Amino acid sequence: MLAEYLPILIFLTLGVGLSFVLLFVGLLLGPHKPDDAKNSPYECGFDEFGNSRMRFDVRYYLVAILFIIFDLEIAFMFPWAIVLDSIGTQGFVAMAIFLVLLTVGFAYEWKKGALEWD
Amino acid sequence: MIEFIMTIWGWFYPEIQTILIIVFKIIIIVLPLMLAVAYLTFAERKIIGFMQMRIGPNRVGPRGWLQPIADTVKLMLKEIIFPAQSNKFLFILAPVLSLTPALAAWAVIPFSDTMILSDIDAGLLYILALTSLGVYGVLIAGWASNSKYAYLGAMRAAAQIISYEIAMGFALVGVLMASGSLNLGDIVDAQSGGLFHWFFIPLFPLFFIYFIAGVAETNRAPFDMAEGESEIVAGFHVEYSGMAFALFFLAEYANMILISALTSVMFLGGWQSPIAGFGDSIFWFFTKTSLFLLLFLWFRATFPRYRYDQIMRLGWKVFLPITIAWLFILGLAIYFKLPPWFA
Repeated sequence: MLAEYLPILIFLTLGVGLSFVLLFVGLLLGPHKPDDAKNSPYECGFDEFGNSRMRFDVRYYLVAILFIIFDLEIAFMFPWAIVLDSIGTQGFVAMAIFLVLLTVGFAYEWKKGALEWD
Repeated sequence: MIEFIMTIWGWFYPEIQTILIIVFKIIIIVLPLMLAVAYLTFAERKIIGFMQMRIGPNRVGPRGWLQPIADTVKLMLKEIIFPAQSNKFLFILAPVLSLTPALAAWAVIPFSDTMILSDIDAGLLYILALTSLGVYGVLIAGWASNSKYAYLGAMRAAAQIISYEIAMGFALVGVLMASGSLNLGDIVDAQSGGLFHWFFIPLFPLFFIYFIAGVAETNRAPFDMAEGESEIVAGFHVEYSGMAFALFFLAEYANMILISALTSVMFLGGWQSPIAGFGDSIFWFFTKTSLFLLLFLWFRATFPRYRYDQIMRLGWKVFLPITIAWLFILGLAIYFKLPPWFA
């Protein structure tokens, strides 16, 4: 059974290999004439001002945290969804309760304005 | 000649032979994929051209058919600029991290009954894992460039991609519930019996959400906020040029084709013909995939760009509640064995 995963390993290796080969071809065929103006960060022609490692909106961070919760939730539901046929009423009700709890948390976030962008 | 090749073939160890056969199969998948990407860009310019009463590119070769080749050659001959303040290692790693998952995900796509490179039982899980990796390429590119536009674009793109991944993941759970298997071939088999047995009917909201979320995942119009030309120029790949840019470009279009193929496999019965048992073949798979690709282009020609708060609202406040509600309804339908899908 594990032999079925060999093509995937080879495919990933080839994928990385192909990407590097393409980059290498680009480096080989393209010119290489760096100068100060060309190598500066692009800011529509102006000299750069300030640092680009700036602070970012905390909401991006919030979205990432919410993402982790829901993505775990999805990973948690995968095995449940497959065996849904054989776990009967008990399994179904258990997941329904879990989903309701999750929805309560989601409603709280919504109410608190964690999902607002303006 | 053939005998000669067979003799040389016989010299290899059986393990090496197995690996060579797999490499050959991978080339058979990747080469047409690259060609499809090249001509998808051509189709995009032509189709959107005609939608806007223009004729699109028509100068290179007969009716412009060599345009993608010319574009490729041009990108190869351009200089790859490394910004002075960038983190060189991450800067070069980011496009690789973008392209590799977009290619490797094709390992488990069932093109037809028998044409599948790696028929693994965790196919859908593999797809979910690999498509999630794409966001690293975007984030690392934005960070490594050390440029304000790239940074802002990467932040927006990353938040958007992970937001829509939730809706996508829940849609996948729905497909799993309906088919009872993670194996993509089994998912197609679970839809056998003609047009009305395909999952897009019982799972219609999930089908709709999956495809729209797919458009958002690939950062395509109308969700191309992350590279909104009119404000942050090109977003996370603003500092990339030449082949390094081409890798992001390849990844974006390979992902478009991947999303289209996945949608047709999971919701439109993959290789199955609309009439039960009548001419199931790879032809149908390609037809359905092309249909969704056309939709991608059509969206771009039709819809104006969303505002960022609208994108986030659609993902979190519309798609997420609908998918959760529909999973519950679907659970009930499966529990009561609703015919004809879950009987």
